[in-house]
Amino acid sequence: MLLRHTPDEIKERKSLTVNPAKTCQPIGAMYAALGIHGCLPHSHGSQGCYAYHRSTLTRHYKEPVMAATSSFTEGASVFGGQSNLLQAIDNIFTIYKPDIIAVHTTCLSETIGDDLPQIIGKAQVTGKIPEGKFVIHANTPSYVGTHVTGFANMTRAMVDYFAESNGHKTEQINIIPGWVEPSDMHEIKRIAAELEVPVVMFPDTENVLNGPQTGKYEMFPKGGVTIDELISTGSSQGTIALGGLASGSAAKALDTKCKVPCEILDLPIGIKATDRFVDALRKMAGVNVPDTITIERGQLLDIITDMQAYFYHKKVALVGDPDQLISLTEFLVSIDMMPIHILTGTRDKNFEKRIKKITADIPHEVNIASGKDMMLFHQWVKNDPVDLLMGNTYVKYIARDEDIPFIRFGFPILDRVGHSYFPTVCYRGGIRILEKILEALMDRIDRDSTEIAFDLVM
Amino acid sequence: METLINEFEKNILNADDFIKPEKVKEEILSRYPPKVARKKSKQIVVNRKDAENKHLEIQANVRTIPGIISQRGCCYAGCKGVVMGPTRDIINLTHGPIGCGFYSWLTRRNQTDPSTTPDGDNYMPYCFSTDMQEREIIFGGEKKLKEAIQEAYDIFKPKMISVFSTCPVGLIGDDVHAVTKEMEEKLGITIFGFSCEGYKGVSQSAGHHVANNGLFKHIIGQDNTVKEGDYKVNLLGEYNIGGDAFEIERILTKCGITIISTFSGNSSVDFFANSHTADLNLIMCYRSINYVAEMMEKKYGIPWFKINFLSAGGMSRSLRKIAQYYGDQKLIDRVEEVIAEEMPPVIEAQNEVRPRLEGKLAMMFVGGSRAHHYQEMFREMGMIPFSAGYEFAHRDDYEGRQVLPNLKVDADSRNIEELLVEKDPERYNPRISEKELEEMEKNGIKLKDYAGMMDEMPDGTIVIDDISQFETETLINTYRPAVFCAGIKEKYTIQKFGIPMKQLHSYDTGGPYAGYRGAINFYHEIDRMVSSKVWEHLQAPWEKSPELAAKYAFE
Repeated sequence: MLLRHTPDEIKERKSLTVNPAKTCQPIGAMYAALGIHGCLPHSHGSQGCYAYHRSTLTRHYKEPVMAATSSFTEGASVFGGQSNLLQAIDNIFTIYKPDIIAVHTTCLSETIGDDLPQIIGKAQVTGKIPEGKFVIHANTPSYVGTHVTGFANMTRAMVDYFAESNGHKTEQINIIPGWVEPSDMHEIKRIAAELEVPVVMFPDTENVLNGPQTGKYEMFPKGGVTIDELISTGSSQGTIALGGLASGSAAKALDTKCKVPCEILDLPIGIKATDRFVDALRKMAGVNVPDTITIERGQLLDIITDMQAYFYHKKVALVGDPDQLISLTEFLVSIDMMPIHILTGTRDKNFEKRIKKITADIPHEVNIASGKDMMLFHQWVKNDPVDLLMGNTYVKYIARDEDIPFIRFGFPILDRVGHSYFPTVCYRGGIRILEKILEALMDRIDRDSTEIAFDLVM
Repeated sequence: METLINEFEKNILNADDFIKPEKVKEEILSRYPPKVARKKSKQIVVNRKDAENKHLEIQANVRTIPGIISQRGCCYAGCKGVVMGPTRDIINLTHGPIGCGFYSWLTRRNQTDPSTTPDGDNYMPYCFSTDMQEREIIFGGEKKLKEAIQEAYDIFKPKMISVFSTCPVGLIGDDVHAVTKEMEEKLGITIFGFSCEGYKGVSQSAGHHVANNGLFKHIIGQDNTVKEGDYKVNLLGEYNIGGDAFEIERILTKCGITIISTFSGNSSVDFFANSHTADLNLIMCYRSINYVAEMMEKKYGIPWFKINFLSAGGMSRSLRKIAQYYGDQKLIDRVEEVIAEEMPPVIEAQNEVRPRLEGKLAMMFVGGSRAHHYQEMFREMGMIPFSAGYEFAHRDDYEGRQVLPNLKVDADSRNIEELLVEKDPERYNPRISEKELEEMEKNGIKLKDYAGMMDEMPDGTIVIDDISQFETETLINTYRPAVFCAGIKEKYTIQKFGIPMKQLHSYDTGGPYAGYRGAINFYHEIDRMVSSKVWEHLQAPWEKSPELAAKYAFE
């Protein structure tokens, strides 16, 4: 047994976290910043932070993840990190020549209270920021919120620094995609293109973190939202924010700053959430939904119809981030599955409320928690076993110990590829999720059935 | 060891059409701001000996320049991740916000076999953290730490708990050592803390030192039981990445050598507690663990020397050195038997891959030791380790221990505690006398010695300390090596250049590479990477010949 010390008995823990279902803000800020074209994320703290964030993102994407750091030493920790950051800005623009540096703070620089706007101002007046280049920042203390908060804060910084109203509305819609994969961002843009709706997506990591092998390395790949596009978001007709926790803050900031109205929706995972997204986009842009999209929707429904027997009342345990889990739970309930353990490491009252409502009709007791860890999740599974586990790579230890089929979903996925190329959002993403569920469940049936009952046709 | 460098290698490096490394250094420095260039010029050294046959000096273990993309990590990573992480039966509790514990959770590929200790304890698949929140930053985190230790004890009943301080802990002034001492007295198990805040020192190296101090102060020497067995050694600085320690154990056991403790691959704190009963300390990763060896020598009289079990040649030489040290004919003969038995498949594998790899360049930038250890492995395939450097080494790792007396201790190193160690009144027992020591020196068995990496690299090779992203790109664009070795952060950047990249920190998904079977694995691995068909497909047909064929073009 890998997790051999996890007892069945659940004792309340007030201070000890075991096997976290979350990580810290800065990595989310780094991921969001990579979704700006020509951007070098910068970690204002000791260099261990950026080493860890780069490593984790690299393992998840199997792609170069570039970032820089202020490399705090003990001296900087005592006297403040201003000179480190000024020197870093100078060196970065001289050597690596990005269009923009997106600085995020860490627990270290937040604890000592470095004033980022002041330091960036100083860089500006001392000529360390070349003409036409930018330095932006987000405060991302690691002891507040989680990686999702960091993503939200950096996304919001894009609005705070760049969005500007040109006085009249441009015919375009902002889409804030939430913390999803480059493949998901592509899929959302594709749907908008099918509806012939011009959109600005930010952040946008497509063609940054799923780049091709060409034999040529480009430090700043062709993907990412441009500064001009970010400026133009202040003049868009409206904003659709997907995932309240990751995207809500930026959408509201745009409304306040530039009077761009917003709709904050769930991530379009599964049939109902995707319906809401497509419907909102249609209405906001005043367009018709083409048959191609309705056909995709029908294809997803077709699989659900045909494979219903395999989904019906199967028990599932889910661990991940709130925005993803709300939509995923709704999707699973909508196909007659029973998500009975649903846990996130990010503390969020709304999450618990929403999940409770979504699972209200499940004919089984449902465990819901936010701000808790994977050890508790494992104990739930031990006490009330399930047919399927869904979560990030760390769940494979539980899956192996408990011998339960497992689908990788969420962040980070350190041991498989595919998530950067194949979406899990919208109708086609729904098809992919179903394919994965069926594959996991049917492989188990094939493995466990007797020779007599072994079926060719399923 | 000049003999390791062959004529063939020298000829290639001295050929007229080989781009002179001095030019490359000049090119790199010209792109840096003056202040950066001044500092970097001392960290980039073209390896040439001066008139007195001495190496040029290299600057190492100095601060990373902010904004220069380096591959270094922090003090916490060195302490918790590298040295303490691979030990299975201790609860390693991170005191800080959640990130540090999360990122160091299972990411280093240290293998362990809990079935070899009676209690079977294994906490390595777990991550324990106090998950510090804003209120602890404001009001202090000692209460939460105390409570977390209590909860860990109540649920898991471990025999030992250690606590790792992250950046904010030092700043807000939590006294981790007082809390752990109090809890140790309360709970009656060994509990201690590490002041390994990320900002300490200039790299993970500071954390290795902090961890060494903790091991020495709190664990080593706890258990005086003398175990059965001949030729009792400790293996220091072997972390069992990809199963290296298993292969080394196999070979040493076959030779009749007894391993008392490995620091810290496949290890138990029970082994550490007992490790002062060994006769000899063998050091693999000199950078991360030489402090423990030095302290054990002073306190218990256990001598140490450097060995290298990576590469077949290194393995055999190291075995022979151990046998010579003991001077026992039985062991000397047994070691020769083992070498004779193990080598034929190794030679066969070398011969198999050599035609595809001979004369090709390899570059390696990792760690404090592996960038040196792997050079011989490449030579065994006929490849040329042309450029190398460490991420977090000190000057002695490059130039050898003779530079130690002249090393200046700067402000960044001064904040790492240097333990004052004295002879143990009861347990000090010099394993060899001064006279025997002299005798050994005469016979060429050097104890307490490390000649460093540069000594084994030919003239005209490039050594770079704390290599930056920009320097990496320049080396690749200039020399197009057949293979580049580094860590996960560099992995996919290098491969985008169309050059195979082998991780020498975590071994990608491979290993073991130590010992004889490991060497065979490594030869095949490099052969696979360099000879892979993928590199043939980089261009699509329409990129190779973009002109349109006339017969399909419309008029």
